[in-house]
Amino acid sequence: MSRKKTEKEYEKTFACHFFRWLHGEKDLYVGQMEMRPQEVYQESKEEAEKRQRAKNILLNKIYGRKKSKSIKYLELFYRLASILFCGILIYLLLLTVSWLPPIGVADRPVNNEVSKRYIEKGLEETGAINIVSGMILDYRAFDTLGESHVLFVATVTVLIMLRLDKKHDNGTDLSIEEAEANDRNYEPKNDAILQMSAYVLVPAIILFGIYVILNGHLGPGGGFSGGAIIGAGLILYLNAFGFQKTERFFTEKTYKWISFGSLSFYCIAKSYSFYTGANHIESMIPKGTPGAILSSGLILPLNIAVGLVVACTMYAFYAMFRKGGF
Amino acid sequence: MSVFTYLLMGFLVLCAIAVSLSKNLLNSILIYMSFSLVMSIIWVILESPDLAITEAAVGAGVTSILFFVTLKKIHAIDEKEKHKKNEQKKD
Repeated sequence: MSRKKTEKEYEKTFACHFFRWLHGEKDLYVGQMEMRPQEVYQESKEEAEKRQRAKNILLNKIYGRKKSKSIKYLELFYRLASILFCGILIYLLLLTVSWLPPIGVADRPVNNEVSKRYIEKGLEETGAINIVSGMILDYRAFDTLGESHVLFVATVTVLIMLRLDKKHDNGTDLSIEEAEANDRNYEPKNDAILQMSAYVLVPAIILFGIYVILNGHLGPGGGFSGGAIIGAGLILYLNAFGFQKTERFFTEKTYKWISFGSLSFYCIAKSYSFYTGANHIESMIPKGTPGAILSSGLILPLNIAVGLVVACTMYAFYAMFRKGGF
Repeated sequence: MSVFTYLLMGFLVLCAIAVSLSKNLLNSILIYMSFSLVMSIIWVILESPDLAITEAAVGAGVTSILFFVTLKKIHAIDEKEKHKKNEQKKD
């Protein structure tokens, strides 16, 4: 017996409805539900006057804005209470600070076995001369992964809140508010001083950012700060030369793939080192000699990944604040 | 050196008070920027250059730029429109 159904029979089944709904071919609610577009609320003149009168009566009689003395006292009390509250808060904070142990005492609670191990064996175990970098990208790499994801989620939130509709982008009929929100129409400003200084400064800023990222395991710096510097340089370039120039190398697609690539690379690399560490397997990644640029195992690639995510995020924040998209 | 540190810390307190007392939003942001800059110098004095770089790049750079863009969006630093509105009020 054949299980084949005719097309008409299939259209009645649940699976057909479900898949059509899943692919967005048919909205189940259209035609099935009673829907009515909401009317714009318009207030007549009489109603507005009535409302205004009622508001005045409320303010004068019940809250006694004009004559009541208790209101005055209440306002005074509010101010005094707020000052008192701030004073107490400051006092408590200062009191807590005064209870902190003094700097340089040996038996502080900070001086436990964790920091001891970091300081004594940090160089040997991570291979990074900059012990801070060794901590945040090796011992505490999971925290840094969370930080990168927090930044990514923040961009997504900003994108949801500030996004402009795509369909208006190509059309000419923008309303006034939308045209105002879309700064692209006024770009670039062609300010000679700004353009000249950007022309000189931007390569230096971006090079410095790259230096900070690549030297994260040797000196101060690292992925986050270097990425922020590169992002600031990109923003300066954007300000001087406009969106048309930056769109040649940085679009929404670039942002998507760079973020996705670096975050997943971070996840995979760290999963590998957690797996080998937890199972006491010798890691395949060589530590190298401390002090060389290609050393300290995974820290350098992780720094680069974090730096890419942060730089793109900073630029994306700015672009979305300016015109709600890339 | 310690005199210099105390000077910077006093400047921090001054900035923190001035930000909340300033009526002009643009001035508040500029004061906030200088707060971050001085804070990054203090980080260097406290021997944590990593934090100093981050503070200078994020606090004084990117955050303030985002604040500026927001102010421009809500027309808080558009002087021309203010003048127009004032003239309309006078009429």
